[in-house]
Amino acid sequence: MRIFDPHIHMTSRTTDDYEAMYAAGVRAVVEPAFWLGQPRTSPESFYDYFDGLLGWEPYRAAQFGIQHFCTIALNPKEANDPRCIPVLDELDRYLAKDRVVAVGEIGYDSMTPEEDEALARQLQLAVEHGLPALVHTPHRDKAAGTKRTLDVVRESGIAPELVVLDHLNELTVGMVLDSGCWAGFSIYPRTKMSEDRMVEILKGHGTERVLVNSAADWGRSDPLKTRRTADAMLAAGFDDDTVDQVLWRSPVAFYGQSGRLELDEPKPDEETTFEGNSIRRGGA
Amino acid sequence: MVPPSLTAPDPHPALDDPARTWLAEATARIASDPGAIRRLFPAARRHCGRARLDAHWTVDEAARAALLTALPLRGRALADEVTGLYRHGDPAEQRAVLSALPLLDLGDLALPLVREALRGNDNSLIEAALGPYATDHLPDDEFRQAVLKCVFCEIPLGHVHGLTARADHELARMLADFAHERLAAGRDVPDDIRPVVRAFPGVIGEEVQHAFTEES
Repeated sequence: MRIFDPHIHMTSRTTDDYEAMYAAGVRAVVEPAFWLGQPRTSPESFYDYFDGLLGWEPYRAAQFGIQHFCTIALNPKEANDPRCIPVLDELDRYLAKDRVVAVGEIGYDSMTPEEDEALARQLQLAVEHGLPALVHTPHRDKAAGTKRTLDVVRESGIAPELVVLDHLNELTVGMVLDSGCWAGFSIYPRTKMSEDRMVEILKGHGTERVLVNSAADWGRSDPLKTRRTADAMLAAGFDDDTVDQVLWRSPVAFYGQSGRLELDEPKPDEETTFEGNSIRRGGA
Repeated sequence: MVPPSLTAPDPHPALDDPARTWLAEATARIASDPGAIRRLFPAARRHCGRARLDAHWTVDEAARAALLTALPLRGRALADEVTGLYRHGDPAEQRAVLSALPLLDLGDLALPLVREALRGNDNSLIEAALGPYATDHLPDDEFRQAVLKCVFCEIPLGHVHGLTARADHELARMLADFAHERLAAGRDVPDDIRPVVRAFPGVIGEEVQHAFTEES
């Protein structure tokens, strides 16, 4: 089984996670830029973070046989901090980079005017750079927030097939699929969405334009949720080809629209051992 | 290994027609609007390719060198633009900037970039930093530290430009001491330090003599 996790924050994970992910079949990941728990207080902190997403983290992932790409943006939460806003002026440089396969995570947290401005501006940047957009939907007031997000996406003029709305649930999936956008689901141990509920959604809404991710980060989360969802799909009667579609071909198709997803395609039945999986530490 | 030359190889033989057109338009645009390099420089690799041209240059590095040499800037203004590209560059962009330094009229102004790369832990950046620009501009004590760092990071000393010319008694002393430390710990001494040490026989103490005899 080959798995592409289209949303995972590897910066917050350990080498044990990389090892377990490889063993579970994960061969590629996209790490969206997001907040780090501890608020940032200057644009320079963002640039260092972006550099990590483009330099250190792909290097670390490669030690474990996993291909790492990223998305770049000012996240919704920190779009409310005036000290962080100047990041928007430098995004142009980062959105031009080879391993950047989308603008994201953008979207709403508390639906403030500042978030409106950052969302609209960054959707515009996605259009200018010919990139897809990864749009986070708010945890509070989710249905209203998702509806408002779809309105802003429509007004921006970006093609709906270039947009994924993430962290969806039973109440928001329908409107997103109807809009022509992609529907993203974050499978979490307790919140957001479980693998069994995910299987029910796939049965009800089909497997087209659906992305399943672990969104694992520094909080209570599980980087193997993609694999667990695949197993739940098989147990529920989905065939291998449909699992491959949802867990590999769909994320490849979505991020492939960037023209920058330079991927070594593993065979679905590839061996699950990888040599040379030790992080090299500079001796000096 | 052949030392890198002071000119970048011509990337054009390795480019297809769309890539040639892209590079010609990009250099023309930068010549009239230097700020345009901020979007064009990161995009060069996917437009021009990344195959290897020779022992030191890849196609993307040579294409990026062409973009840098097209900048109509001098002195501090040139250094600021190049520094910004390095500061916000991914590892491939940073390698390209470091490789192109000897082609740009920067004096000592790019030394902070070389120092930043040498402090890091990406071997490909350390190697790229130790090219002809570092040979010409890096102070003696920093050059010696950089060579020692290569030994620790297992970067072959043959990859260090200008080593024979810049090796001195103090560097040989440091490498001989390093050999002593390794031998005391029961570990191997890397072969590539031997020629540097042997060029200054006075630094070879009795306790390491056996590690530097010809047959060892």
